[in-house]
Amino acid sequence: MAKQHDRDPIESGCPDGLQYMHPVMRRNYGNWAYHEDPRPGVLKHVAHGGDAIWTVRAGTQRILDVFTLRKLCEIGDRFADGYVRFTIRSNIEYMVSDESKVMPLINALEDAGFVVGGTKNSVTMISHTQGWLHCDIPGTDASGVVKAMMDELVEEFKNWNMPNRVHMTTSCCQINCGGQGDIAINVQHTKPPKINHDLVSNVCERPSVVARCPVAAIRPAIVNGKPSLEVDEKKCICCGACYPPCPPMQINDPEHTKLAIWVGGNHSNARGKPTFQKLVAAGIPNNPPRWPEATAVVKKILQAYKEDAKDWERINDWIERIGWPRFFELTELPFTKYHIDNWLGARRSLNASTHVRF
Amino acid sequence: MTKQTHPTPMLDELEKGPWPSFVSGIKRLRDQHSDERVSGVANDLLGQLEHSYETRKGYWKGGTVSVFGYGSGIIPRFSEVASAFPASKEFHTLRVQPPAGNYYTTDMLRQLAESWEKWGSGLVTFHGQTGNIMFIGASTENTQHFFDDINDYGWDLGGAGPCVRTGQSCVGAARCEQSNIDEMRIHRTLLNNFTDDVHRPSLPYKFKFKVSGCPNDCMNSIERSDFAIIGTWRDDMKVDQKEVREYVNKKGRQYIVDNVITRCPTQALSLAEDDSLEVDNRNCVRCMHCLNVMPKALSPGDDKGATLLLGGKRTLKIGDLMGTVIVPFIKLETPEDFERLVEIAESTIDFWAENGLEHERCGEMIERIGLINFLEGVGLDVDPNMITDPRTSSYVRTDDWEDEAAKWFEHKQTKQAATA
Repeated sequence: MAKQHDRDPIESGCPDGLQYMHPVMRRNYGNWAYHEDPRPGVLKHVAHGGDAIWTVRAGTQRILDVFTLRKLCEIGDRFADGYVRFTIRSNIEYMVSDESKVMPLINALEDAGFVVGGTKNSVTMISHTQGWLHCDIPGTDASGVVKAMMDELVEEFKNWNMPNRVHMTTSCCQINCGGQGDIAINVQHTKPPKINHDLVSNVCERPSVVARCPVAAIRPAIVNGKPSLEVDEKKCICCGACYPPCPPMQINDPEHTKLAIWVGGNHSNARGKPTFQKLVAAGIPNNPPRWPEATAVVKKILQAYKEDAKDWERINDWIERIGWPRFFELTELPFTKYHIDNWLGARRSLNASTHVRF
Repeated sequence: MTKQTHPTPMLDELEKGPWPSFVSGIKRLRDQHSDERVSGVANDLLGQLEHSYETRKGYWKGGTVSVFGYGSGIIPRFSEVASAFPASKEFHTLRVQPPAGNYYTTDMLRQLAESWEKWGSGLVTFHGQTGNIMFIGASTENTQHFFDDINDYGWDLGGAGPCVRTGQSCVGAARCEQSNIDEMRIHRTLLNNFTDDVHRPSLPYKFKFKVSGCPNDCMNSIERSDFAIIGTWRDDMKVDQKEVREYVNKKGRQYIVDNVITRCPTQALSLAEDDSLEVDNRNCVRCMHCLNVMPKALSPGDDKGATLLLGGKRTLKIGDLMGTVIVPFIKLETPEDFERLVEIAESTIDFWAENGLEHERCGEMIERIGLINFLEGVGLDVDPNMITDPRTSSYVRTDDWEDEAAKWFEHKQTKQAATA
């Protein structure tokens, strides 16, 4: 490679966002007074000096082909002064300094098949990972799960029906690149890896693989006269941590790789401190192309939250108030021994009091 | 190129429904793109993806691909079923650092699209979970060409592997009234100080910086970054009593009591008889809830700065960790303030590079060695804001108690002198 390229990279790092920023935002940088929410999918920010800017947010398919990207650009040129940004949940945002442009912009986006919404107390776009389209270790296809789920949640994206915002995530393995969420749909393996012993010694750095295991269930072994690895299947927690450094330890399985659903992850410091998500449902079939079983559980949880939570309660706030017994009652999900944590620090999650709900 | 397309009965199901479909997008590349290379790649990509849907398995494997001069920034993907789907057999992703705050002009997006369809698959994501623009799908050879193209007009690769990763910062001062810091400047100052560590992986594992302008933490930095910079303020929050009364008039007294006053985590708020808001600022923890409900009436104070938290990460290997406070408050205005921030980040990374085990995140190292060893290693003072409770176990040696107590009083005096 090197012989063909005498061009050294320009190590310019992270570019300056100011050069791509709407002039009204540039002019009022650090000088905003307040915001209002005129309608779902639209924000109005007002600066101390009186300038105002309207933001229109739209959901996309996240994996954009250049045709779709150009379409989004064309809408931006016609209705939004040619400036856009993306939220961390891959929604596109257009900024306009003229209120009369807001409705035509919304219409243009909707006519082109995009969905305007995702602000305030809505279910916003599900943040997700690459899945079968690109990842080397995925148990499922997050893009497909998200597309199928957003089809059914689209009204919740477009409206303010929820007590507070709902951030959802999906992840195709237990590394959980999708991150914490009010509701997270993650792969959960249920069987130890199947080892292709013929390949291990050529492909894997065995001590690193042994070191990756969180429960010390992997040890070096000679199998069929070749150096390989073996797994103590009783100890194995089926996390899949050995698979990325050692692909012959195949963890993905068409039948035994399942989905699990977690709730109550919240990054914000508002009201309480940030919280991790907690397991509420597992054993959900990994069922392409539309994963109806996972969507059904998510909708059930959202329905209970919508009906029972108070304004401004995120899912974790709501459960903290009503307690876990009531959560399982309202969502009609089974409570099992697998919900009781036994990992490091698990005792902190046990009830050391007489606070009991009937 | 064959005109024959792979049948995709399962993927076709994902073209139904109101949400925009990525499958339809890839099909557009297959059916409408004028470059046969692009349409051929899209066809075989769809074929492989359909095969994954049928068999419920992934068929990509990693490898080693890099651009000249860098060791990071490309996610190599080689197909394990290349004989059936040869056009997309090399399908690497380039991670490109976005501008701080994720702003783009449509002109720039078009220029990127043009370069990308010249060399790559024509598929792109804004943005991946680490915060990069993900240009998904280039052959090994074209990876270099695409990078050369976009590098010439201002774009650089992000991190991948055991290195400093691409950072993220919120919309912040550009459009948000809750912003307490210059997020873009912090983001760029830190990331561009560590350019070498972004491009040449030589750390124990990944290291992420994320910047949020206020404790709403829209960048999820406490849970998703090793080094979180979160804007806050130390003086009193600002209250516009006229606007408070407007909210009371509009929403009703009970709504404000139930949704603002009683939701304050430290009971620092009270609604007076005349519908004005009383704030016990000494006990306010800047959680942001009341500011979120009444953005027109309440705003952050003037003495702004940031809290630094260290060590957030997800599951592997020892379980999830939140970042925890290592600096309760730092001003971030003058060049000297920024030098201090960079110094803290540098000594943190140096200490971790020295003491972290292979594949051990910074937070996991602290879990193993204890926060005190870390603080002493990088020269940060202890502070009661670093804990939720002091130790409850009596299994501790307190040999040098007097010396440590003296340090505390000395520290207190210096702080008092500085504010006086």
